[in-house]
Amino acid sequence: MPVPKDIVRVSDTAWEIPVSHKAGMLVPARIFATKTLLAAFDDGVFDQITNVATLPGIVGHACCMPDGHWGYGFPIGGLAAMDPDHGVISPGGIGFDINCGMRLCLTNLTYGEVLPRLRTLVDRVAGRVPAGVGAEGTVRLSRDDFREAVEQGARWAVKRGFGWKEDLERTEEEGCLRGADASRVSEKAVDRGYRQIGTLGSGNHYLEIQVARAENVFDPETAGAFGIVLPDQVVVMFHCGSRGFGHQVATDYLRVFLAAMRGKYGILVPDRELACAPFRSPEGQDYFAAMKCAVNMSFANRQVILHRIREVFSEVFGKDPKDLGMRQVYDVSHNTAKIERHVFEGKPRELLVHRKGATRAFGPGMPGLPDIYRKTGQPVILGGSMETGSYLLAGVDTGDRAFFTTAHGSGRAMSRTAARKRYRGRQLQEQLEQRGIYVRTASWSGLAEEAGPAYKNVDDVVSATERAGLSRRVVRLLPIGNVKG
Amino acid sequence: MTSPYRYLEGIATADVAFEAWGPTPEDVFLAAADATLNTMVEEIGTVAPREHREISIAADALDLLLLELLQELVYHKDAERLLLRVRDLRIEETGSGYRLQAEAIGETIDPGRHALLADVKAVTLHRLVVEKTTDGWHAIVVLDV
Repeated sequence: MPVPKDIVRVSDTAWEIPVSHKAGMLVPARIFATKTLLAAFDDGVFDQITNVATLPGIVGHACCMPDGHWGYGFPIGGLAAMDPDHGVISPGGIGFDINCGMRLCLTNLTYGEVLPRLRTLVDRVAGRVPAGVGAEGTVRLSRDDFREAVEQGARWAVKRGFGWKEDLERTEEEGCLRGADASRVSEKAVDRGYRQIGTLGSGNHYLEIQVARAENVFDPETAGAFGIVLPDQVVVMFHCGSRGFGHQVATDYLRVFLAAMRGKYGILVPDRELACAPFRSPEGQDYFAAMKCAVNMSFANRQVILHRIREVFSEVFGKDPKDLGMRQVYDVSHNTAKIERHVFEGKPRELLVHRKGATRAFGPGMPGLPDIYRKTGQPVILGGSMETGSYLLAGVDTGDRAFFTTAHGSGRAMSRTAARKRYRGRQLQEQLEQRGIYVRTASWSGLAEEAGPAYKNVDDVVSATERAGLSRRVVRLLPIGNVKG
Repeated sequence: MTSPYRYLEGIATADVAFEAWGPTPEDVFLAAADATLNTMVEEIGTVAPREHREISIAADALDLLLLELLQELVYHKDAERLLLRVRDLRIEETGSGYRLQAEAIGETIDPGRHALLADVKAVTLHRLVVEKTTDGWHAIVVLDV
């Protein structure tokens, strides 16, 4: 589907599809993108974001970020804020991988210091953080322990010795979304997840050793506040989610909502993946409490993975992780729905904000940010492809135009099948190694699917978010070692 | 013999879509089960028949029945680390929809013997269809990976 004819350019980087575009639209759809990115959007984005605009209780705009692409129900890069009293909650606005997100950890090591031990680091991390189909974690716990873990999130992990207390304040929601209720979660979800804490997953999930080169530091002051202070400083970034547990929670409630939506609540949606229920209904509240468990499972998962990374660096360099400066910068979620306070139409309001493949990006001074980031705005971790690099961004004051939300990655541009036809995993690994990026993978064809050209240009996406006033660039991070799930 | 399924492009940029076909709904369901397994493991022939699981599910409509079947396979992959093929599959119409009985046979994931591909997270409702065609039955499924 080409760009809709009735789309209106609102600014250099914002486009609006009016409510007249499709029957049932309650608000306009707004797409943040440059003209070039807009033209490259795949078929589904325009149809899906205008479908989102029909959901009961949506306020403002149904928004799509510059890395948007076809998803299920919502496009990836989709954002919808609902009136919690009159609106719906939709698992399709969060995604199957609930609280899929990014975490970034510092070191005080430079590229020169890490390079001689890069292979050892990557190999050992790959051994310590299981990845790929059916991988089990190294944390053994009973189903009851797991239920406790998913109610407490990263707090549970830190309490068990996986990480530092300060990691929590450097995590969105301090690593625990309150109100998680494990009694709202099925046994099947527990079965799928209780052995998976500490695992990476597969697909586009990865763990990367990266370097911050001086020429890629766009704002030295903010970079300094985020802990990036050395030339060629090495950092570790990873991307993963709530694993089988979150996937099952989403699957279970999609079924519940599909059954209740039409008959019980009289809601009609243009796509079954937009199955939803009123937020205040029993079904809506059950899902919200279960979804929070999945959010917390993911925070616990990333907390344990961080701990494993610290263990490996500590062994390889023979130093305590604290002496290696392995502080966490931040942990961001890009698949959630949360109750947040926003100023909307001049008044402070509580809103249910769905973000699917979209990252919260609070501006300076906003409540919910730890003191250390009050002046800078929220650190936003945006993952690019394993070849092209990733970004550390900061939230900005003007983010209110999209409920303080920005992009989450570079966004896929090529299907997995097409990438697999075009690239070979082993060959790609060799080519990357020649370019100074050492890659370990759980799956050769999985590696081929993640080839750099399968993604949009991350620089274009990030630059679009900056021009659109959603976030600003702080540091670009280049990969040197990668564990691909 | 070529597989009665094939992977599709242009439906799900970041994920896996496939179509399956056969003379009966049962054939299409079996093909879809293999296509799901084949998304996770390169050669489904490498999955040895060591473990058995009974599958008994019901749904209001045929497409939702297929969704339930494939979700069972995804469930066993995580909960028991089992890669499974489906056989002896029977679909019956009931007063309120459909019921499916089948046997699933396979083995525990062994990365040494199974060339693993993508981990299937979920079976989606996106473009999901099970339909009768002029020469049999046809389904389209999108998997979130």
